[in-house]
Amino acid sequence: MTELKKTPLNEVHRALGAKMVDFGGWDMPVQYSGILEEHKAVRTKAGLFDVSHMGEIRVKGPDALKLVQKLITNDASKLSINQIQYAVFCLPSGGTVDDLLVYKVADDEYLLVVNASNTDKDYAWVAQHKDGYNVEIVNESADTAQIAIQGPYAEQILQGLTSTDLSAIKNYWFTYGQVDGVDCLISRTGYTGEDGFEIYCPPDKAVQLWNKMLSAGGDNILPCGLGARDTLRFEAKMPLYGHELGEDVTPLEAGLGRFVVLEKEDFIGKDALVAQKAAGIPRKVVGFEMIERGIARAGYPVKKDGQQIGHVTTGSFSPTLEKNLGLAILDTKYAEIGETITVEIRNKDVKAQIVRTPFYKREAK
Amino acid sequence: MIKSDLKYTKDHEWVKVEGNKARIGISHHAQEAMGDVVFVELPEVGDEISQHDSFGTVESVKAVSDVYAPVSGKVVEINEALLDSPELINSDPYGEGWMIVIEVEDEGQLESLLSAEEYEAFLKEAE
Repeated sequence: MTELKKTPLNEVHRALGAKMVDFGGWDMPVQYSGILEEHKAVRTKAGLFDVSHMGEIRVKGPDALKLVQKLITNDASKLSINQIQYAVFCLPSGGTVDDLLVYKVADDEYLLVVNASNTDKDYAWVAQHKDGYNVEIVNESADTAQIAIQGPYAEQILQGLTSTDLSAIKNYWFTYGQVDGVDCLISRTGYTGEDGFEIYCPPDKAVQLWNKMLSAGGDNILPCGLGARDTLRFEAKMPLYGHELGEDVTPLEAGLGRFVVLEKEDFIGKDALVAQKAAGIPRKVVGFEMIERGIARAGYPVKKDGQQIGHVTTGSFSPTLEKNLGLAILDTKYAEIGETITVEIRNKDVKAQIVRTPFYKREAK
Repeated sequence: MIKSDLKYTKDHEWVKVEGNKARIGISHHAQEAMGDVVFVELPEVGDEISQHDSFGTVESVKAVSDVYAPVSGKVVEINEALLDSPELINSDPYGEGWMIVIEVEDEGQLESLLSAEEYEAFLKEAE
């Protein structure tokens, strides 16, 4: 068995009594005080997440934009310096290599933030396509720690530790500044459906910043694990690779059409996606609510009139809405809001109804 | 936390013997390992269940766990409060969080259950 990878905060998690799990080869906290309590903290106050396991790939050089444009479905030419875009890497088949955030650092420099368990695959994917482009590609994942502070109190708590005017950072923008005297990249991003920031710092400063943010937040912040991160992103209908996305799922099927710019010049997967759109997208990720008692879980079959029409990609009790909800990828024919479906839960067909998503959306400020 | 007046199984159920009846739930250790319980499925009163068979499920936010019958018999009571308040399993596993009462068919089966001391030793070993 290969040893699990550890973030610079590993010992801090253990000292806080976190329950640790193997997450894609990383030894990560799944919960501290409890998933429901942590989830609620992020929705009502603030939560702190160690996301140092995420991957960072820097693309730098005169052809940086050209290469990024070839690799992603979104249009990076629309980005201003210090702006961020959600995007997808596709295979030529249109299937998804990974989803990512693209940070425009300079006209000739982009930072790609990718999923932890896909970092090596993504780095190889980027490197594999660099021939003919005048760029340098650096995998900075091991040299970067990342902490996310999320929730309505995130700005207020973080502001106490930095002279950077956080209110000036718009959603999906970033800046450089000091947090508690440490040089950081501060971005207004997150994966919870709440306002918040992600702070990139040197690994040897992660413990200092983590502890400072926790103490600055006092009773208004809780350390949160991957369990709450999953229920939060699920309520906000943010896809999780391996669930709503995968090499056999296109971003169009996953409902990410607005991040797929088919009018853009050539990019990997474009032909397949254009063809899929023209022919009609065969499957669609939808949200559903259980009508009868039961919790749908990932992988459970979804049926209509006894026939399987898809499967559950994520299912859970929703802590905010206090309902049993799920996401499923279904034959488009049956993917209409209001449609009644059944989820096969341990050999029993249990009724559910397709509903609008996201299940949860925070109120605009 | 282990209660000395109860019997236990290696699947982490507890049993309280009340005459010819057995009240059953899951142990403090089990609920703690599971985390926040958000859903419980129970059998119906009148169901006959066999020792070691799954008689219900307890689901936390992240996991689904089967609960196994420590002894065979007929279900004579179920804790309906759990259907609306599954969190009782977390807050009071040995009290309000009980799951079912079985009319014991074969009292000999009770002999196979672990005493509190044996269960404690079993947990230590598993650590």
